[in-house]
Amino acid sequence: MRLAAVLTVASLGLMACGSSDDNDEAVEPGAASAAPASDLKVGLAYDVGGRGDRSFNDAAAAGLDKAVAELGIEKEELSPNASGSDRGDNLRSLAEGGFNPVIAVGFAYAESLEPVAADFPDTTFLIVDDASVKADNVKALLFAEEQGSFLVGAAAALKSKTGNVGYIGGVETPLLKKFQAGFTAGAKQVKADITVQAKYLSQPPDFSGFGSPDKGRETANGMYDSGADVIYAAAGGSGTGVFQAALANKTLAIGVDSDQYESVGDATLQPVILTSMLKRVDVAVFETLEKFANDEEIPAETVFDLEVDGVGYSESGGFVTDIKPQLEELKAKIIAGEITVPTTP
Amino acid sequence: MSLLTPERPEPAPTPPPTAAATSRFDLRRFGLAVAAPALAVVVALAVASIALLVSGSNPLTVYARMLEEGTTLRSALITVNNAVPLYLSGLAVALGFRMGLFNIGVEGQYQLAALLAAAAGAAVVLPGPLHLLFVVLVAMVVGAMWAGVAAVLKTTRGVSEVISTIMLNVIAGGIAAYLLSTYLQERVEGSNNSRTPRLDESARFPNLDPVLRAFGVEPPQGTRLGGFVLVAAVVGVVYWLLVSRSRFGFDLRATGLSPSASVASGVNAKRMTIVTMLMSGAIAGLVGLPQLVGSSYAYGLDFTSGLGFTGIGVALLGRGSPVGVAIGALLFAFLERSSATLQRIDVPTEIYVIMQGSIVLSVVVAYEAVRRIGVAQAERAVRRAVDPEVAA
Repeated sequence: MRLAAVLTVASLGLMACGSSDDNDEAVEPGAASAAPASDLKVGLAYDVGGRGDRSFNDAAAAGLDKAVAELGIEKEELSPNASGSDRGDNLRSLAEGGFNPVIAVGFAYAESLEPVAADFPDTTFLIVDDASVKADNVKALLFAEEQGSFLVGAAAALKSKTGNVGYIGGVETPLLKKFQAGFTAGAKQVKADITVQAKYLSQPPDFSGFGSPDKGRETANGMYDSGADVIYAAAGGSGTGVFQAALANKTLAIGVDSDQYESVGDATLQPVILTSMLKRVDVAVFETLEKFANDEEIPAETVFDLEVDGVGYSESGGFVTDIKPQLEELKAKIIAGEITVPTTP
Repeated sequence: MSLLTPERPEPAPTPPPTAAATSRFDLRRFGLAVAAPALAVVVALAVASIALLVSGSNPLTVYARMLEEGTTLRSALITVNNAVPLYLSGLAVALGFRMGLFNIGVEGQYQLAALLAAAAGAAVVLPGPLHLLFVVLVAMVVGAMWAGVAAVLKTTRGVSEVISTIMLNVIAGGIAAYLLSTYLQERVEGSNNSRTPRLDESARFPNLDPVLRAFGVEPPQGTRLGGFVLVAAVVGVVYWLLVSRSRFGFDLRATGLSPSASVASGVNAKRMTIVTMLMSGAIAGLVGLPQLVGSSYAYGLDFTSGLGFTGIGVALLGRGSPVGVAIGALLFAFLERSSATLQRIDVPTEIYVIMQGSIVLSVVVAYEAVRRIGVAQAERAVRRAVDPEVAA
């Protein structure tokens, strides 16, 4: 009964922000019963914000839901409290509850994961966005965010008429600077003399920049006022505010993590979303769980980059169809190693 | 400001020398003092129950599960551990309240204090307890200095501390983020976190597991009772002595009750403001330490945030008394801990935030309501004494 309730809610959520991409198929409410039975019990710990953030955490949730539907796994999800003081407790309670593997979504889990992983040597822990925990039972799922950002940066430069584009990061962390570095490099690759404005919405450990559409809107308005006509919003839930500003200023914006053309949930905003930088946390979660279910070896670090479509750009809306050849050419060059994308601005 | 003034319940009605009327009056006051928090809890439970019913859960089963899972040994230890920073934060705010000062800046004060204490502690080599003491002192001094900025602005330029502390929070956040991403950062291979170097063993606070074992309680694996609870207890006692048993405390409370009257009777209001803000800031500086010297040993992007704001709610609950603040902190930590329970039974975790909010709100309202009833009763009693005909 509980499972059915979760699935119904999950599928509703997924349908609301369902992606056109085949990896994102909405889970049908009755799918679990038809799915092959697996004795895998997966525990997943979200970062602050939890399921329903329409961005990073939801991408992980989508991967988990797909695994529930297709692999028939059992799952348990936990989100930390608002201050994030119980991250370690959550991991521990999942491991203790016999869940294996336990997935920690977000680099912020790294510090609390270390002692927990040591206490539960027979449990495999997967951590997204961190490679600092060195233990045999900890596997890192990493992304080449700079490569995807490079391509949307190029798209921004190709579409910009003013020769001025903007980057808005949610919170000024090293991870978000990777996005900025890639975006700037991509824009300059296309137009060497382009102006790239960059701003962050909040300073850590204040992570409100990922959930403040109002801040996103004001910052975007400022950038549009000073000449930008395409803004890349790498700011989670704050991106909606950037899209609203783009609509008001008759300019363009770029989404992040999931295909925000599909997930924004507001048809009036769709025309301003040029493309989205895809960070396929869903793919990473699902593929890793699939390997786990098949008893395949999971490497200590898996990097999801352009080559394996772990990152990329979305085409929904058809706004980038005309520049697709240029983008694909750049993509091929990055995969071939002809272009090395910087990871720090 | 009447909401924030001290409420001292008469502990037990002392046998009055004369009339039974006085005794009944005391009993009534005692009843009123108990009535307020009880009323608040009932109202908060009612609000949370409505929220639960709307979201489709049975409030009674939810409360039962919260109690059941919240009272296991592990949960109890975690609750106490999480209550310690909330307690310190609540005390920092409460100290200001007693004088009518609203220190909303605890958030910025403890973040900056924890960062600089972490960096300073990692940079020096000192023997055992000295190292720990050094870290604690740095944190207290930084917290006090940051609060001192607001105090100086208030006494010299008349800037309301409400405004200045809020703004100083933002500035502290900016400074901390800048320092953490530049000078104070230790690069860790493969990490997306930035954090200060870890503190040496000598700067770490021992946990109380041996004490638990001495009492025959075996702490569950990986969960320990942080030693900082002792420091919090000491701070609570000092706070009580200072506020309730010292000349300074008398001036403080007098200034809170009536600034003009206390100035007229020779209290130096400016000095009081500065000293109180400095002390409030020093306590605020301790808020991040249970985590810093007790579990994480470094300040990083993942450092617990928001404790300063939660502390305001805890202080409102505690009514300025150290015991009240402790109860408030434990209650908040218990509710926070229940967020995991709520998720396990598929209840939206926001319920615990609703509970916290409605408890604070109803406590404030209940105390004001009870205070007015008390005043009305007192007036009636006086009238009865002066003019028996009115009462009849």
